Amino acid sequence: MKRFPDLKTLLAKAAPPRSGDQLAGLAAASAEERVAAQMELAQVPLKRFLAEPLIPYETDEVTRLICDGHSNPAFQPVAHLTVGDFREFLLSEETTGPDLLALAAGLTPEMVAAVSKIMRVQDLITVAAKPRVVTRFRDTLGLPGRLSTRLQPNHPTDDLRGIAATIIDGLLYANGDAVLGVNPATDDVATVEALLRMLNHVRETLDLPTQTCVLAHVTTQMEALRRGAPVDLIFQSIAGTEAANRAFGINLTLLDEAAQAASEAHPGANVMYFETGQGSALSSNAHHGIDQQTCEARAYAVARRYSPLLVNTVVGFIGPEYLYDGKQIIRAGLEDHFCGKLLGLPMGCDICYTNHAEADQDDMDVLLTLLGAAGCNYIMGVPGADDIMLHYQSTSFHDALYLRSLLNLKPAPEFEAWMEHAGILENGVRLSASKALPPAFERLLL
Amino acid sequence: MNLLQLRQLTPARVAIGRAGHSLPTNELLNFQFAHARARDAVWTPLDPTCLANFNPLHLQSQAPNRATYLRRPDLGRRLAQADRTLLQPGTYAAAIVVADGLSAQAIHHHARPFLEALCAELKDWHLAPLTLVQQGRVAIADEIGQLVNAQLALILIGERPGLGSPDSLGAYLTWNPKVGRTDAERLCVSNIRTEGLAPALAAARVATMMREAKAHQVTGVALPSVNVPALP
Repeated sequence: MKRFPDLKTLLAKAAPPRSGDQLAGLAAASAEERVAAQMELAQVPLKRFLAEPLIPYETDEVTRLICDGHSNPAFQPVAHLTVGDFREFLLSEETTGPDLLALAAGLTPEMVAAVSKIMRVQDLITVAAKPRVVTRFRDTLGLPGRLSTRLQPNHPTDDLRGIAATIIDGLLYANGDAVLGVNPATDDVATVEALLRMLNHVRETLDLPTQTCVLAHVTTQMEALRRGAPVDLIFQSIAGTEAANRAFGINLTLLDEAAQAASEAHPGANVMYFETGQGSALSSNAHHGIDQQTCEARAYAVARRYSPLLVNTVVGFIGPEYLYDGKQIIRAGLEDHFCGKLLGLPMGCDICYTNHAEADQDDMDVLLTLLGAAGCNYIMGVPGADDIMLHYQSTSFHDALYLRSLLNLKPAPEFEAWMEHAGILENGVRLSASKALPPAFERLLL
Repeated sequence: MNLLQLRQLTPARVAIGRAGHSLPTNELLNFQFAHARARDAVWTPLDPTCLANFNPLHLQSQAPNRATYLRRPDLGRRLAQADRTLLQPGTYAAAIVVADGLSAQAIHHHARPFLEALCAELKDWHLAPLTLVQQGRVAIADEIGQLVNAQLALILIGERPGLGSPDSLGAYLTWNPKVGRTDAERLCVSNIRTEGLAPALAAARVATMMREAKAHQVTGVALPSVNVPALP
């Protein structure tokens, strides 16, 4: 007996509680209705998601990307399953990480979003921990037993020495093996070029096995590249519908051009970096009546087209009208990581919150620990967890040390070797604050 | 140079030391204190008497309380139905709106010196009666400006508190205000607070922007670069 008229209504009603879905008027009206929807969703054959696109194929290029990119051969191991059976398949001891990596091309965002809605936190962790999505540029990210960080040295006025000082601090805490990535306060080509040259100078001087990135709009980065600036990764925020991407000032053609330009500069490397986050489609009124977690999973279809080095959800940045409190942020972070991994992405997470959300450092510690257990590729490293430019709280340099120590994880192997060589470790122990900086570091600040 | 000297180069929390892999106790508690102040700023109610010497008209958005306000930004952008009738149309050069936004403390601390400096700059302007809005978002000035028939709307509003800035004020200008204006059609001055852009300096900057907007009959990305005093 079907209670819900179509797939997108069913998905929205089955979604765990989320202020953004309530704001959009899509959420279940009662706890009972939510579980009734989850029960009906568990009965839906996975094949139905291929037959019924949530947005008409003709009107949305992300839908076309999902449909046209689907691999029927890869889908075969699960083609006969319902959503409920698919959950049990994923959890089965017989389903391994390599099995899931091979399956990724046969899965659509809607399938993984659907199954996530009937999974508990431990299910999301168990399954996401199986596949290791490994990517490479100057170092190798995502290997078993490794946890990397993006060093995020933002500054309110893009002051080059201030940013360099923060990078040095972060490196001394063994952060930065995923990328040295600055959010510029000013999105213009001259600023971005100056930042890129400084980052590259730091990287070359210290012979760092990592990548640099200035997270300006993709068009600004492409212009900097045309002017000869040292661009490593090209970054862009992306979303799960064509209309939401339009609000970001992008489309697939533009991303194709950016990926091609970056690949030509760095042949053979994974060169793209994407950020996402639940709620972005609704905030630009571009969600087509689809719940925010399903929209988010659709953004991963955009990401995987470009075999990126890094993808992370910025899970608590958007504010309490989308994710109200620590409980919603924690669940959303685990869902996003799970969905991204199942779709074959090298998922990281910006574990974060704003001061108007009902969340605090304890909530971040919980999500950090759970994502470590789930095999997250990387987290953010922000000095003291306080981003003084974007005015939100993320994870700190210290948080990475905590997680690595607790779960016996190490930085990327090339970066680990560099740390020993650079004298950051003294008999295996880090420098104390009163010690002099190593000379190569000090020269960067003069 | 040692690690501690990094702190002279950036306001970021660098070189804060460690206790094992965690924070030293003083750094841990400093952070918690800053977060507590930011949280209190979000939840502190607007003191209706805070601008009594300006004799403002008191208005309420459609968000009845803070918990609803945080979940429903759409309600904070619209006036409570009953309060719409309090506004009389006139022929005004500008309407000035003050709203709590995400930090009533920003209003309590900085709105008065800002308004005193601004009014001194705008002596020849025909201004609509000042309004003070509880549970308001930026776009509520569109509706107020439209109802009083003002050419320009200025809203002073408490910004989302940062860890080191619980009481930062923002000012947004919108030419020809009416319901449905987008943020791309506004001009903004942010970080107005004692440790940031001082209120009196910000008022001079906003007054210049208001004159420019009036001269070009537009605000937002369409306005040619505004020639205003640089930020400190």
